[in-house]
Amino acid sequence: MDRIKTLHTVTLDFDKCKGCITCMRRCPTEAIRVRDGKASVDFDKCIACGECVRLCPHNAKKPAYDDFDVINNYKYKIAIPSPSLYGQFNNLSDVNYVLTGLLKIGFDDVMEVGKGAELASETTRILFDRKNDDYPVISTACPAVLELILVKYHNLKDNLLNLLAPVDITAKLARDRAIEKGIPPEDIGVFFISPCPAKVFALKCGIGVQKPYVDGVLANSDVYLKLLPVINKLSESEVKPLSKMSIIGLQWASSGGETAAAYRDKYLAADGIENVINILNSLEDGTLGEVEFIELGACTGGCVGGVMNIENPFVAKARIRELRTKFPGTRNHLADEGKSLEYYLWEREPTVKDVFKLHKDRATAMERLLKINELMEELPQIDCGLCGAPTCRAFCEDKVGGVISMDQKCPRLK
Amino acid sequence: MSALHLEFDVAGDNFLSAGSATDRVKNELRKLGVSSADIRRVAISMYEGEINMVIHAGGGKAIVDIYVDKSVVKLIDHGKGIKDIELAMKPGYSTANEEIRNLGFGAGMGLPNMKKYADELIIESEVGKGTTVTMIVNFS
Repeated sequence: MDRIKTLHTVTLDFDKCKGCITCMRRCPTEAIRVRDGKASVDFDKCIACGECVRLCPHNAKKPAYDDFDVINNYKYKIAIPSPSLYGQFNNLSDVNYVLTGLLKIGFDDVMEVGKGAELASETTRILFDRKNDDYPVISTACPAVLELILVKYHNLKDNLLNLLAPVDITAKLARDRAIEKGIPPEDIGVFFISPCPAKVFALKCGIGVQKPYVDGVLANSDVYLKLLPVINKLSESEVKPLSKMSIIGLQWASSGGETAAAYRDKYLAADGIENVINILNSLEDGTLGEVEFIELGACTGGCVGGVMNIENPFVAKARIRELRTKFPGTRNHLADEGKSLEYYLWEREPTVKDVFKLHKDRATAMERLLKINELMEELPQIDCGLCGAPTCRAFCEDKVGGVISMDQKCPRLK
Repeated sequence: MSALHLEFDVAGDNFLSAGSATDRVKNELRKLGVSSADIRRVAISMYEGEINMVIHAGGGKAIVDIYVDKSVVKLIDHGKGIKDIELAMKPGYSTANEEIRNLGFGAGMGLPNMKKYADELIIESEVGKGTTVTMIVNFS
């Protein structure tokens, strides 16, 4: 399935948007413009990082995800919660309260994404053992980072780890388990409980897979609010021992968890989209030095920092750390699952996208490039954003590309 | 043939700022639709050249001309010049002092890397007057 061009990753509440340019100035791919006093997103350039949602001072930006009721479209509903969900709860004595709660609010089965993550870690170690070409390898677990590389850092495509994301591995295993139980495939609905809109985007498009394995993506925040009253009423005897994950899977929720579980000596973990961009630039320039494995997460703190969480990322990270004592060190092993190694790998290579070229014809692009640099000479080059473009440069590109009229004036020069 | 002409001052006292000109050039090439492999060759060769000017010549000027099919990067300094160009081209050879080496530079790979990544490398140098390095990268 090809990328759905118009898949919206964020929505705008028009009444709340004041046209303040906060989101526009901080968008890492310059995908936002403010037109007629409202922010609009070019979804071809959007990598679904969620920065605009996080930064909007008026709460006008909302991540796009599925309504909880979509689970009712399926007879057999499976919840696959991200380990970051556990970080949302205060004083959680046992994660089985959360998993039992999921069954109470309507799901028929649960499988923690931490299980898929642990299997992903073991697969990573095997891939490293077999690898003999150039380092470094870049993790593909954060879909916003993966998308950023596919739109902007084409040269780094060969460095991408060809491993399915833990959520895809978990969804595959959960579906197989239901089929083995005799549930008709058409009745099975697999729902990821997600910390971020990038996962919504990636899972609906099916990056690295032949077809999406997930039937819906719910928000950690929505599910938390549904779970809380149910969990508070659970008696100890009702709680079922459903958790099957380990510390390895749990620590994937925070930045550095994935690289630590790969057992390599030379690794680097960076989080926060601006830091990620710095690392990718250095890597492209060959100035990063010797590193074998690079874990990059768009959100500060890792998945606990996603915009669909309730809790502050640092608080959630601290809780995840505290929860470690309740899990075994390891628990899931490839040998016990009985699948081939290929089961855990990309089923197809994701394709790079040319969204930043000025024109597909190089000569026309050259003409535009010269025109843009000529127009720039007339501008104050202070990137104030008043014109509705994030930089003077973007303003010129919009003019030359025909997005706005050539007659439009810089508001500072009026 | 029309070219996008860019000029940058490379400050002589700051390793950290070397590379900022490279970022601008990379961005222009990306907009032009140059392949990322070629962008990388331009970026690495130019960065090495900038660092060389910082280490050996107290800075200089980077003049970049971007054409439809190639980039021409000219690095001009008024430093001490290169005495023996052939020797300077040898991998591992460096005249960088101890202080520079302690900072992790001066491994003697600057010029060899520039030669490796550029399609054409021309070095004109006069001892006591300065050096001009011209690097051409042809685009696929």
